[in-house]
Amino acid sequence: MMATAPELLPYERIREDLFRPLSGVSRRYVLATIAAFIVGAAGLLAWCYQLYRGMGVTGLHRPIFWGFYLVDFVFWIGISHAGTLISAILRLTNATWRKPVTRAAEAITVFALMIGGMFPIIHLGRAWLFFWLFPYPNSRLLWPNFRSPLLWDVTAISTYLTGSIIYLYLPLIPDLAQLAEQHISPFRRKLYRVLSLGWVGNDRQWHALERAMKLSACSILAVAISVHTVVAWDFAMSIAPMWHSTIFGPYFVSGAIFSGIAALILVMASLRKLLGLESYLTQHHFNQLSKLLLLMSLLWVYFTFAENLTVWYGNDPSEMAVFGARTRAAYAPIFWTMVFLNSIVPLVLLGIHRLRSIRTACIASACVVVGMWLERFIIIVPTLTNPRLNAATSSYFPTWVEIAITAATFAAMVMLYMVFGKTVPIIAVWEFKPHPDPDED
Amino acid sequence: MEHRWGMAIDLDRCTGCEACVVACHAENNLPVSTPEQAAVGRAVHWIRVDRYYEGTFPDIQVKYRPVLCQQCDEAPCEPVCPVYATYHNPEGLNVQVYNRCVGTFYCANNCPYTVRFFNWFAPEWPEPLQLQHNPDVAIRPSGVMEKCTFCIQRVKRAKEDAAEDGRKLADGDVKPACVQSCPAEAMVFGDLNDPNSRVSQLAESGRATRFLEELGTKPKVFYLEKVK
Repeated sequence: MMATAPELLPYERIREDLFRPLSGVSRRYVLATIAAFIVGAAGLLAWCYQLYRGMGVTGLHRPIFWGFYLVDFVFWIGISHAGTLISAILRLTNATWRKPVTRAAEAITVFALMIGGMFPIIHLGRAWLFFWLFPYPNSRLLWPNFRSPLLWDVTAISTYLTGSIIYLYLPLIPDLAQLAEQHISPFRRKLYRVLSLGWVGNDRQWHALERAMKLSACSILAVAISVHTVVAWDFAMSIAPMWHSTIFGPYFVSGAIFSGIAALILVMASLRKLLGLESYLTQHHFNQLSKLLLLMSLLWVYFTFAENLTVWYGNDPSEMAVFGARTRAAYAPIFWTMVFLNSIVPLVLLGIHRLRSIRTACIASACVVVGMWLERFIIIVPTLTNPRLNAATSSYFPTWVEIAITAATFAAMVMLYMVFGKTVPIIAVWEFKPHPDPDED
Repeated sequence: MEHRWGMAIDLDRCTGCEACVVACHAENNLPVSTPEQAAVGRAVHWIRVDRYYEGTFPDIQVKYRPVLCQQCDEAPCEPVCPVYATYHNPEGLNVQVYNRCVGTFYCANNCPYTVRFFNWFAPEWPEPLQLQHNPDVAIRPSGVMEKCTFCIQRVKRAKEDAAEDGRKLADGDVKPACVQSCPAEAMVFGDLNDPNSRVSQLAESGRATRFLEELGTKPKVFYLEKVK
């Protein structure tokens, strides 16, 4: 164990350090919130404009019917895998270094899902009728079509959102109970008391919590993997060239975990700086996560290689048109930028031990987040611009509406995270308490 | 089922005049695009004439192929629609129910023939074209998908007329707008369940092929071409 491991700090100090960010707001915090709010509000206005005028305000046209919105959708659902999946694996494997990491990761999941889950609605031609996709019959007793991958999608994502909210909430309960006894405003004290669900910390409650957390960690793992597989099937179930691929399920899942870890590293580094958590989120944590990121990068390279090699070797004309657009023609700059950002950067910065540090981990993660966004673009758009009939070949460029809405999602993530960071301690305080640890039974 | 509607298009007869395109616009209340919208690929033509070039300059031969919804028996657009807006009706037609459509675009992405069209804005007609709307065909609102229906309103009308006269529907009673207006008489519409109908005979002839047949979509549009 490292000398600076937060486990070795006195509990009183830990509690003080982690509860401190909850009170008071700095100037920087206010400025950041306002900036995020402006970008978010601009995106909201753009969406209102789109609802009012019609989908024609986007850059979509025949045959490119899915563009930025679907890219954003897959991207954010991918980011959501940061959390729950990583945190669940670390919890189930009893990795002790996970303690300061899990809550930050679980929160990313919930927020990324809330954002990603909006896109299937934003991209609808008649968004106000989105509830027609929910699996219950309409007034004429017609159920939705269970053969459609989009219905699987709605089902999977709502399951995942529900599950990950529970999974974030369970380990919050002991901290909420502690917070209710702090010297804070009466409103917040009341809020924490209600949210802590009558937690007093007796043996029975600890055992119940421990079992609930184990159970939800197991089930959330299965749900997370199935969710991104279903997202991949939105594409793979079609017969469009280079979408109809058996590899897409695992390819998307591994890509999701890849981008998720990158997002987690970025969020942790920002929290560390902004909240002064240097002694909690240490070099050690970043080192461990960097190794995970490196592993996922290698896996991503393998999948990408396998996917493209088989298409190239198979030499099917309709698939080769897409392959050519990706690697040699219009979308080649994006494709090769993606390869550079997702493989070369992490391999060099994190693979060479001497170069690996918190700073390089952040640079590599930022590259991976951008690279994985581009990956989704490369998967979705060139297939649509090169349909089977050459006569319909076209190109796609987004409009300001799509760009504004995309930017707003990042602002929304910042905003949600800032509110969350002021509401509850971003690191689970109770896990450091010298108390029978629920993980060690 | 009694009927199974199909079409045969003789590519050796087609002159590429696009009368079918115009007739379809008038019959089915297709919105009229502005030049700007058409330039970005938003023009709506339920039937279009694709051009293929054979040979090298100056020995070029242009081949025309009118492409409309192929009314596939195994339509890729159907299973992917989450709200049953696109479904297979009992007469084998690939029907689009505008009122059910929420606009997920999935059907259009999964159509290998690229014959599905979206209403990007509320439809518009420059004056005085709004006065010539066909009362038998619904106007589609913004946000829904649409495509060739094989002029289902004409099928329905022909059946009603036949029922009124107390006779059976005869071959040639139903003529979609494109078939009716083709000056080269390259298009034939009819019942594939009737082995004696002209369309069945043509579909059985050695000249018939189906478009992108290798995908297994089982289209009900047959293209006739001299086999070289």
